[in-house]
This record gives sequence, structure tokens and C-alpha cells, in this order.
Amino acid sequence: MADALLHVNDDNFDAEILKSNLPSLVDFWAAWCGPCRAIAPVVEELAKEYANKIKIAKLNVDENPKTAGQYGIRAIPTLILYKGGQIAEQITGAVSKAQIENAIKKVI
Amino acid sequence: MTVDRDIIIIGGGPAGLTAGLYAGRSMLNVLMLEKLSPGGQVLTTHWVENYPGFPGGVSGFDLMDKMKDQALEFGLVIQSGEVVSIQPGGPEQDYHRVVLTDGELTCRSLIIATGAQPRKLGLPNESAMVGKGVSYCGTCDGPFYRGMTVAAIGGGDTALEESLFLTKFVSKVFLIHRRDEFRGTKVLRDRVRRNDKIEIIWDTVVTAITGDDQVTGVALRNVKTNEVSTLPVDGVFPLIGVQPISDFVKGVVNLDGGGFITTNESMETSVKGIFAAGDVRSKLFRQISTAVGDGAVAAFMAEKYMEQLH
Repeated sequence: MADALLHVNDDNFDAEILKSNLPSLVDFWAAWCGPCRAIAPVVEELAKEYANKIKIAKLNVDENPKTAGQYGIRAIPTLILYKGGQIAEQITGAVSKAQIENAIKKVI
Repeated sequence: MTVDRDIIIIGGGPAGLTAGLYAGRSMLNVLMLEKLSPGGQVLTTHWVENYPGFPGGVSGFDLMDKMKDQALEFGLVIQSGEVVSIQPGGPEQDYHRVVLTDGELTCRSLIIATGAQPRKLGLPNESAMVGKGVSYCGTCDGPFYRGMTVAAIGGGDTALEESLFLTKFVSKVFLIHRRDEFRGTKVLRDRVRRNDKIEIIWDTVVTAITGDDQVTGVALRNVKTNEVSTLPVDGVFPLIGVQPISDFVKGVVNLDGGGFITTNESMETSVKGIFAAGDVRSKLFRQISTAVGDGAVAAFMAEKYMEQLH
């Protein structure tokens, strides 16, 4: 199976996330962020468990300042769930898998 | 009855990983439950200067990666899971039940090393403004405030260290402290005083955070003169200490007034076979080095406890 976790950037954000048929979850992260590392394995697990139900992607805020700026990201990790191009849910900080799963269940 | 594990350790910070290393090395059947991935609060520390064995310091990431790898070498199993409650053993039952969000596990001995999390100011809109200008981690979010003005609140080591770290990015840090001297160590106090980008506001508390979509400022009150004022800032970093992650054992083991788990110096809680280690424990000095010491003692005592069960 192909890698369930997608990496998006400023160039393909619109096509992959906003115009996506599936709802999506984007993990805004950076290499220097400890809590981002802490939730990374959880996000990967969820990408596998919810494959074909929700598109799960990561966006590096250092390399993609346009998208991060557009959504006013001021803290990472921030997880934003999109449905039909709109923000459906937003989670800031390292939270448990159960909390992320609850948010996912609301949009799928 | 057959139990799932000899020892279950809850929490994967320095205390938990050290307990895991010692218990694993004693060939015990040991499982660690961690809500996220191991590392704990150290992951939010950019640079650790006071952990022995690393002249020049070490990054919080690297230190915790090494602690994890070393514990894994001795057979520690780490499982991702969130504990909801504990059903302790007693005279009739020499094992404990650990209730997770998605199941249950039993163990002879339990080590609670869940640590602590940043304490909140307790202002009404504080939680709503997290990610919109309120942050508890300068190390994580400092880079988003490049060239901006921020308020840091607190007077301990964390507040001083984080204020210094923030000066790498921001144009100005107002360091707001409710007393007229810092609790933090001298080396950090000196660095803060020498730093041109840090302006200290003594004897002052934050009474409100202003702004709708983004933080625009804070309202202040001088505790000596009762004079009130406002300060326009782009970010607010409450760095006023920690609160224990102990709600799930309330009513199971004894806690102190602040919610920290009380133990004796053998890390024994009020329940036989349940130990506590690290920042979640009621104690004077919360450091990586003291957490590591707690973890070693807890694992040693847990092993002793199990020997007398057989």
C-alpha cells in the first residue's frame, strides 16, 4: 500500500486539501518543535487507520509560510480538519490520539 | 490469577524511561503506557545545560531519544495508550487494574510517572486564545513571533529560560512577575538582566488578555500600588510553573494540596505496590536529574515489592 500520510505544500494545498473530495486533516509542524515530534507517530497511525475515509497530510510551516500565514498559525502543532474547503475543526497543541479521533469522527 | 505485566509504567518522560531501563535490565516483564510518544516535557526544552554527562549541553530531543533507545535496549515495551483510571489492589488482590480509553491491563506493580503540564493563568479567554497568541512553549512557538513584542509571565527558571530563548526572534519581551525578585537560578537571572531585549515588570499580575481573533495586549495590575494599565503585545507566554497530571488517580492514592502524589523517599504512594516518580510527585525540585533518580528508585522498590509477593 502507498504511504497513507501525504505531504502537502504551498503549491498543492489548494488541489490536495481545499478541493479534496474527502475531508482532510492537516498537521502543521516544524522540525524544531518538540510537541510536533511527540504527536507525529499518532498522526501516522491515524493516517493508516482512517485511510480512504479522511486524507491526512503534513505541512512544514518553515518551508510553506504562505499557507501557514493564511491560516494564522501561531502555535504548532496545529491540526486543522477541512471539509469542502472550509475549516471544520481546529486543534492546537499535542493532544491524545482519542481527542484527534473524536475530531475526525465529526467530519467523516 | 495471571496478570498481564510485572510492572506497568504510566508516562514516558525521564522518570518513566529510567524506571523502564532499570526494570527491563532486571529482566522484569515491563510495559510503558504513553499518551503521545516518549520524551515528556523535555521535548519542549530547546537546550538542556544542567543534565550531567553533556558538557556544552544537549538538545531536549536528543537527550530523550537517547533515554528511550537505552530503555528499549533492555526490553522495555512502549505502547501508545491513555489511562483513564486505576483500580488498585488490596489485601485480597495482589494486582492492580489499569483502565485505558480502549481496554484494560493488569499488573503486579504500577509506577506513575505522568509528569506535569504548564499551569494556566486562569483567565476566561485564555484557552480560546491558545494558538491565537497565547502559548505555553516559547521553544515551540517563538519563531512565529519574529520581530514582534511579547509578554512572558513568571519568575522561575522556565520563565527566565524561555524569555531568553524568545529574544532570538522577537524584538521585545516584557517579563511580568508578581514579586520584586525572581525565584530562578542566579545564572539565568544574570543573563536576563544583561539582555537588552528583555524589560522586567515587577510586582505585576496579568488580569486580562485582550483581542478577538488574535491577542492584541494584556491588562496589568501592580500588586503593591493597585495601579492598572494595559500593554499592547502580539503574544502572551504564561510560564508560571506546572500542574500535575494526576486526575486519574484522585481518590486512589493520596495527593497533596496541589494535586501532586505524595510518597516517601522510596517513591511508595499510599497504596502498596503503586509508586510515583518524577514531576507528578510531591517534592521540592523538579528537574530532569531528579526525575531520573526517582525513576531508578521506583523501579528498584517495585522489584523489591514483587519479591515479597512470591
